[in-house]
Amino acid sequence: MSPSSWLHHLILVPVLLPLLCGALLIPVNETRHRFKYAVNLFSVLGLLATAVALIWLADNGAWDAGIGVYLAANWAAPFGIALMVDRLAALMLLLTAVLAFAALLYSTQRWSRIGVHFHSLFQFLLMGINGAFLTHDLFNLFVFFEVMLAASYGLLLHGYNATRIRAGLQYITINLAASLFFLIGVALIYASAGTLNMADLAARMPAIAGTDLVLLKAGVAILALAFLVKSAMWPLGFWLPTTYSAASPPVAAMLVLMTKVGAYAILRLWLLVFSDGAGEAAGFGYQALLWAGMVTIVFGAAGMMASEELGRLAGYGAIVSSGTLLAVVGYGQPSLVTAGLYYLLGSTMAMAAFMLLIELIERIRSPGAALLALTMEAFAIEETPDEPVGVGIPGALAFLGLAFAGCALIIAGLPPLSGFVAKFGLFHALLNPLGGDAAVHSSAWFMMGVILFAGFAAVLAMMRFGVRTFWASGAVMPPRLQATEVLPVALLLVLCVSLTVGAGPMFGYLERASTDLHSTPRYVDGVLSAPVVPGVVGTEDAR
Amino acid sequence: METVIAIAIGVLFGSGLWLVLRPRTFQVITGLLLMSYAVNLFIFIMGRLWVNAPPLTLGEGVPDPNTFADPLPQALVLTAIVIGFATTALFLVVMIGARGLTGTDHVDGEEGDE
Repeated sequence: MSPSSWLHHLILVPVLLPLLCGALLIPVNETRHRFKYAVNLFSVLGLLATAVALIWLADNGAWDAGIGVYLAANWAAPFGIALMVDRLAALMLLLTAVLAFAALLYSTQRWSRIGVHFHSLFQFLLMGINGAFLTHDLFNLFVFFEVMLAASYGLLLHGYNATRIRAGLQYITINLAASLFFLIGVALIYASAGTLNMADLAARMPAIAGTDLVLLKAGVAILALAFLVKSAMWPLGFWLPTTYSAASPPVAAMLVLMTKVGAYAILRLWLLVFSDGAGEAAGFGYQALLWAGMVTIVFGAAGMMASEELGRLAGYGAIVSSGTLLAVVGYGQPSLVTAGLYYLLGSTMAMAAFMLLIELIERIRSPGAALLALTMEAFAIEETPDEPVGVGIPGALAFLGLAFAGCALIIAGLPPLSGFVAKFGLFHALLNPLGGDAAVHSSAWFMMGVILFAGFAAVLAMMRFGVRTFWASGAVMPPRLQATEVLPVALLLVLCVSLTVGAGPMFGYLERASTDLHSTPRYVDGVLSAPVVPGVVGTEDAR
Repeated sequence: METVIAIAIGVLFGSGLWLVLRPRTFQVITGLLLMSYAVNLFIFIMGRLWVNAPPLTLGEGVPDPNTFADPLPQALVLTAIVIGFATTALFLVVMIGARGLTGTDHVDGEEGDE
């Protein structure tokens, strides 16, 4: 597709639309709630449509090699900022839009009204996340990260109370420090490689040697520190459970996605810069990512078992999921990345649904019930089941129970839902390195053990809460659930189910995405040779 | 000159780091400020230290890049300063809010056992 085609501007829409809508909403008075909500919904639906269109364009050969490059202000790469969309980026945009839609729907009744500027902040958060997925320039990535973080600070504090502000203070401090590391990393990369465009960096890698290479490695490692703080790698992720459990449910659902932004940045940067064609530096840091990822899984699993409240349990679940992703990236095998991406989709949606569900479940639990549950186990207090058997469960409870079970199945990776398919895919890839003739590496066995352990821990932790909440809690009053609160949870779970049913086509798409990711020259050619739009201005300079 | 700059940045960053690890929010924000100064300086000198080199401006012919100061770190540091300033201001607001809501300026929102 030629860059002057109107369709080409679709690449910019995921950044531009939320920016404009968010800015539009700032001066609107808070009493015009319906209008604000409508604009927000319009923008999210627009993003959804754009993401679907971009996936279609990327997958149907609208661009050479499936990589669409948008040159901001018509400056040729690597001199200007390039936005780049490929299959993976388009898919992440879709995931963002779906989660945003669910979170927004959930916030209709209550959460968007407990503070000011919820809708503007929500839009800016979307802009930051989308921008981070699209940009192909490291400094621009920093800018989008900051947009995303600034909006998330505001959203985390939304509905201002002492718990949120305490968690927010620490969250902001940690992320400000991480941003400083981001800047140091970017500066070092620029000093040693002389470029910040990722494709250009990948192209220059083979030529970098000596002290420059040392500087570059140090730079990328420090840069990765910033991403790893976001994706909560052990020991950088202690902030996460507190923050997640303090945030309001729709915000927590979006925060789940933010950990994945960190993992995405790591995936993109590593596969591009330290690929096999990178000369001396090829393979740098993979082992560190692999082992750190596995430690993160163990830490998250232990945290899940130790959690006394659902919010923290969910937080540790998110840590397990990003640990798995980091280990997958670190293992450095294309087929494993395919399965890892499938895992990312399912686990993100299930975690987000779980975040939304927690608040609904809390309504039927008396405060302190979770603590009591643990104490009861510790002291082995026997309960006599005295409930009548055979009485129909009221609709609300049935929904909550089913939704909880669905989330638990996916997070723990049990059949028949997508979590199991993902785990199966991961194991299959681990047991069949490079087509099946090579021996299975010992770290593969280790990784499978760790993943199984995490699944086991998740089953235990979730079952304990499920049993206590739905079976053993005596006479429970069915809570009042609004349709707008039930729908988003149901939507996310139905999507997970359809992910399971459509696992074949999904794996096909992800395999193509993973093949793209692993062919660095394609990005180098695609981005660096992206043609500028011929126009009246600048044609003479372009000779 | 390189040594002097390096030591200056190191001292700034080191003091910032120490302050960030202190228990009072005011110390934390001061520490973050010092660290961001250090990082800004660091970005700035990543275009190497130049003496008496003019900035890159549009003029006749193609300029020889060896005679000009590297303009990119200057652009980067400007952006970094603006963003750092904005996020620090935001942090200040949260800090004041925390002081008001929790009644203490301890980072954990409660006094530790001292």
